[in-house]
Amino acid sequence: MSSDLDVFVGNTTLIDEEVYRLWLDGHSVAEAVARRLRGGLLEREATSVAVLQSDTRDHYRTFQMLERLLHAPPRLLQQLLFQIPPERQALLVQRYYAFDEALARELLGKKLSKGTKKELDEVSARTGVGIRSCRRQFDNFKRVFKAVEELRGPLAENIQQLFLLPPSLARDYAAIVFFANSRFETGKRRLQFLSFGDFAACAQSMMAHWSQGALAPEAAEPDGDLPKSFLQDLKELKVLVTDKDLLDQHKSLVCSALRGKISVYNELEANFKALSRALVNVGGKLTHARDVRDFFVDLVEKVIEPCRSDKWSPGDLRLFLQHYTAAPRNLPGFRHQALWERYMAAISACLLRMFHD
Amino acid sequence: MPGKLKVKIVAGRHLPVMDRASDLTDAFVEVKFGNTTFKTDVYPKSLNPQWNSEWFKFEVDDEELQDEPLQITVLDHDTYSANDAIGKVYIDIDPLLYSEAATVISGWFPIYDTIHGIRGEINVVVKVDLFNDLNRFRQSSCGVKFFCTTSIPKCYRAVVIHGFVEELVVNEDPEYQWIDRIRTPRASNEARQRLISLMSGELQRKIGLKVLEMRGNAVVGYLQCFDLEGESGLVVRAIGTACTLDKLSNTSAFLPACNSPSKEMKEIPFNEDPNPNTYSSGPSTPLKNQTYSFSPSKSYSRQSSSSDTDLSLTPKTAPSPQGPRIFLFPSSPTLSCDSPHLKKSCLLLSGSSIKPLHSSHVSPVVLRKSVSFTEELLLAASGMGSGSAGKEGGPFKTLLRQQTQSALEQREFPFFTLTTFPPGFLVHVGGVVSARSVKLLDRIHNPDEPETRDAWWAEIRQEIKSHAKALGCHAVVGYSESTSICEEVCILSASGTAAVLNPRFLQDGTMEGCLEQRIEEASPPGCGFCHIPYDELNMPFPAHLTYCYNCRKQKVPDVLFTTIDLPVEAIVVGKGCLIQARLCRLKKKAQAEANATSISNLLPFMEYEVHTQLMNKLKLRGMNALFGLRIQITVGENMLMGLASATGVYLAALPTPGGIQIAGKTPNDGTYEQHISHMQKKINDTIAKNKELYEINPPELPEEIIGSPIPEPRQRSRLLRSQSESSDEVTELDLSHGKKDAFVLEIDDTDAMEDVHSLLTDVPPPSGFYSCNTEIMPGINNWTPEIQMFTAVRVSRLSNINPTNQTLNKNFNDLCENLLKSLYFKLRSMVPCCLCHVNFTVALPEDELVQIAVTAVAITYDKNQALQANKAPTEKSQQRASTDNEEQLQFPLELCSDPLSSQPFSPAKEVLEGASSHTGIPAAQRATSVDYSSFADRCNSWIELIKLKAQTIRRGSIKTTTSLEKASPLAEGYLRHRSVPSGTNSTVSVVKMTPLSFLPGAKITKYLGIINMFFIRETTSLREEGGVSGFLHAFIAEVFAMVRAHVAALGGNAVVSYIMKQCVFMENPNKNQAQCLINVSGDAVVFVRESELEVLPPQPAAAAQPTGAAGDVTT
Repeated sequence: MSSDLDVFVGNTTLIDEEVYRLWLDGHSVAEAVARRLRGGLLEREATSVAVLQSDTRDHYRTFQMLERLLHAPPRLLQQLLFQIPPERQALLVQRYYAFDEALARELLGKKLSKGTKKELDEVSARTGVGIRSCRRQFDNFKRVFKAVEELRGPLAENIQQLFLLPPSLARDYAAIVFFANSRFETGKRRLQFLSFGDFAACAQSMMAHWSQGALAPEAAEPDGDLPKSFLQDLKELKVLVTDKDLLDQHKSLVCSALRGKISVYNELEANFKALSRALVNVGGKLTHARDVRDFFVDLVEKVIEPCRSDKWSPGDLRLFLQHYTAAPRNLPGFRHQALWERYMAAISACLLRMFHD
Repeated sequence: MPGKLKVKIVAGRHLPVMDRASDLTDAFVEVKFGNTTFKTDVYPKSLNPQWNSEWFKFEVDDEELQDEPLQITVLDHDTYSANDAIGKVYIDIDPLLYSEAATVISGWFPIYDTIHGIRGEINVVVKVDLFNDLNRFRQSSCGVKFFCTTSIPKCYRAVVIHGFVEELVVNEDPEYQWIDRIRTPRASNEARQRLISLMSGELQRKIGLKVLEMRGNAVVGYLQCFDLEGESGLVVRAIGTACTLDKLSNTSAFLPACNSPSKEMKEIPFNEDPNPNTYSSGPSTPLKNQTYSFSPSKSYSRQSSSSDTDLSLTPKTAPSPQGPRIFLFPSSPTLSCDSPHLKKSCLLLSGSSIKPLHSSHVSPVVLRKSVSFTEELLLAASGMGSGSAGKEGGPFKTLLRQQTQSALEQREFPFFTLTTFPPGFLVHVGGVVSARSVKLLDRIHNPDEPETRDAWWAEIRQEIKSHAKALGCHAVVGYSESTSICEEVCILSASGTAAVLNPRFLQDGTMEGCLEQRIEEASPPGCGFCHIPYDELNMPFPAHLTYCYNCRKQKVPDVLFTTIDLPVEAIVVGKGCLIQARLCRLKKKAQAEANATSISNLLPFMEYEVHTQLMNKLKLRGMNALFGLRIQITVGENMLMGLASATGVYLAALPTPGGIQIAGKTPNDGTYEQHISHMQKKINDTIAKNKELYEINPPELPEEIIGSPIPEPRQRSRLLRSQSESSDEVTELDLSHGKKDAFVLEIDDTDAMEDVHSLLTDVPPPSGFYSCNTEIMPGINNWTPEIQMFTAVRVSRLSNINPTNQTLNKNFNDLCENLLKSLYFKLRSMVPCCLCHVNFTVALPEDELVQIAVTAVAITYDKNQALQANKAPTEKSQQRASTDNEEQLQFPLELCSDPLSSQPFSPAKEVLEGASSHTGIPAAQRATSVDYSSFADRCNSWIELIKLKAQTIRRGSIKTTTSLEKASPLAEGYLRHRSVPSGTNSTVSVVKMTPLSFLPGAKITKYLGIINMFFIRETTSLREEGGVSGFLHAFIAEVFAMVRAHVAALGGNAVVSYIMKQCVFMENPNKNQAQCLINVSGDAVVFVRESELEVLPPQPAAAAQPTGAAGDVTT
């Protein structure tokens, strides 16, 4: 005797967190049942496999119906079809938009296009995230990207509003959107030591200090794009390394301030010009889309790696950046102190975050 | 022109994309009532149109107001081709027609399409201005309140319970009209939905008229059903109990109980009893005269006094005077007092005109109706006034009975659809009475005169009435009717509980106080209803009587079966449990008459077996009474199915049930004996285990000889094997009477063995779960507020090549058990909890398909306190005390809840007015105050805030949401903190649904009107919608959503007495098609959490409002 039709509908929609996780992970009903069996549910609840199957199918159906609404979480709150307590709704949304950092790391800076989606098989194999789950997460990224692409104002807050995500998750999505928009290169071998968290933190500092929203909340440009005028202005900073006098004075100011305070003083003294050149030029290149891609590569290659080989400690780097940023204030003839500090605030934050093994 | 209906279309949201090119929709709305249609402007290129229309006004008479639904159609404007329909909303405006209910319907309604399901939502405001109609001959019955609840609604007091009202309306089913061949499925479905909506409106109006005629003002226990008779038409019928209700308010609740009743009583003439045909003079019911004793059952009926075992298998043929007409009485059974009474029931086999025959049926009916009511009521009162159920009341008792009985007999049918009664209403309970008859459907020739169907039901009701009389009862309570249709055969069933009632409530209550006192004295509380209503020396059936174990003064039967809920005052030992009897019977496929005959031949045997199973299972659980008994017989092409559900309890007043004794047929067989003794042991173990599980440990009664669990078998009984036995054999099998303590099952063949096995297959629910099909679980009284109502549907294929009754039984049994198991698993997170009002419905949609639908509610309870209460011997008095308290509380509660319940509407009004005048200021103010009051105590998480906002929006500020936010500094702050976008974040107000008449831990403060909805859903892309399960899952969810939306629009926050009356599912997988019809009903109410009531009074009304609304989010 087989059951052709078997449904259970509650006035309050039942959400089983475990089954939801299995569904999000992309398991089929059969796989989910097998996993639940392994979890010892059968013994605990003294029930039968058939019951478990029926239960799993019910939940899967519910989730499939909910998925459409989860694509636009505000609709989940407004819809009348499923009566779900608010804390459960929040959980549904949060879990649906939660992502595997390994996967996000792989996709950072990639164009969220069909082509990338086709490559998900490899990503899935590399990260150990199920392919269906990969696709769902990819679609989430893309959906969020599309939704906020054209919006003005702070990216993270826009995302939080449109997708009702908790603030931290919204910030992560903002980072993903920021990377996808600017297409920073993150896949290079020498960048492999950086985690998703590192990049996300970098993106947040860059948006916080550089974007339009950071200066004027009613700005016209979306936060995902770095403001053109700002990037253009960064060219002015080149004077710090092109003008020999300024460079020398800058060096002496920083060195005198740091003498005896950092363990790598000699190395600093030897490398100051190279470091300064690297730090300033990274900014100068940001106007060209192709050069933007290399932002992180440059930082790692030209700043982090030399420092690391000289055995700088994070404390050393912090002190150096602090004084390096502050020093131009005392440089005669340098008129871009505000711009410089705005620029260096993000660069410093990025470097400090990235400076680890 | 007594009414003006005003409708305003505010906005739409989440509309489907109708124009693929632009991914947008040019929507407009048609508002139709009766024959008048208005249209809104087209709101171009939007999925969230803001029509904000003018008020569309319909000037209509109130008859139309009652019958017609308001029909709102959302369309997509198309310049070049026909406009495409997006979907419809039907709004029943009945709740606006009586003063105490809703004053406005306002809110978001799902836009429903029978092919696509829900497609977006529309915000509508509906109002009615009623003018007084003083016309005495009016056809409308505006103002009569309807309740699905089968008890006196919580915030009302019954002044008079008038009695039974019934009506039916027939029409042709649009699905079967010729036009259906040329129109689209959508048009056909919509025609059907509209027709049924119209018919139920008409039905309600007609019932209302009857109620007014009886001088009532309400119908309680209103049950409306559809019979889809296919080719022969569509029947909508309803039954209910007419009452005069009084809203419990400050004065009426505290009226001094006894003011001077003696005067009135003197005036009452005692000897005017117009009908001396009382019980003691030997009722001339056909029951006695023509029953053939049916022996096998007798052996156990001696066990169970309430089981009447007279099976009359007399196939009686009455020659019809009208030529071609043949009356066949092929023994459709009547379950009187739980065991089958085979009684004549007529099978109309002729298809020709039926008028002359019916005149005889109809005329007395009309006559009876004209009997003046007050007089008989006074009579009844006089009878009761002289002391009801006196201790050894002897002749006086008889006199009393004559009085009340005659009063009730004056009525056409002394039936009550209620299942719970005010304390003291129920004097004695006789047992279950039921009647079934098999009919052949034929075309309804004249829809305006639905005489055939009327006559059919009248016949059955007569039968029920006479059964009740035979049990010494003058009334039937817990009465219900149902049908099962397969092709052109229809089984009509009716059942109820024969009872003796206290006429106090049946009269215009002036003397209630004094009467009440007397009754309290006379009938011992908690056991009175168990005492037999019939005469001990003149019993209608053999029964085993003992003195009541509670009061020791009156006789009680050893087992009691009823269709009502457990009376509040009943003294129960331990907990109750759901008991089901399940049965399949194969039937040969046959046509028309042959088919009907074979069905009616099978019925008595099914009834009998169902009853045997129930009895066995009851004993297996060590219990002695069944409440809420509902036996459903379903007819299919090649089989019949029987499913009986009831809640078993141990009544302290009734004797301890004996055990079950198994006897082998062939003694002297070693292994066989061993096997038998093994089984015996298993049964004994099960009984012991069940007693422990349900905490059945009645106090020992030393002076009584309580039968040992397994006494000597003095009599052997044989389980009835049906088909082969003819009535002749049956008479021979008549065995002598005699008292018996144990129930003996003789195992004479493998079938019987199977039966015994199947007895033991019922698995008790997992620990922490209890289940019952009554309103409340006996023995648990500490409910916590968490509830979960659900509907589960299963369709299974019985894929046996050569099905036998046994294998089918087993399959069916497994199906039900698995379904229950699956429910327990699903709801495991609620443990400890109880499944209440478990309602199984069985259908046989196709040859080998069985469909089971279950609706129930899971309620959590506090384990510790529940246990305590259980152990306490003073449980009853505690309950009493609590009810007393409740009543005393009534006044203050009402006071503070009243402004609350009326509150939700005013802001909506304001906003709308504000919106129309483009100011919106009052609305904004309101919103601010709302936000503040609740902000204070509850806004820590972002979720809470979303809730909060939802309330603001729900209150009708749809249009002005954004501006509201800006107007309120708090809202702005909230935005900044939470950064949730304005206008998109409203949650939907929570609407609770429950099949019970109450909400645990909450007070119902207002009844807003009846919800009665009928939906059809069809698909031609079944696979794409997730197969049959996906299709039905979505549809049921949609039905829930639409019910909730209607309740919320009425200003309510819950539906009580919710019932899914019909779920007809048909599929055609080959064509990738499926269709489903669902009919649901319930009462929309406003409730307030008891915990919040305590906090409320000091707060001003405006501040109190969100608390009331927010409380229900705690699901």
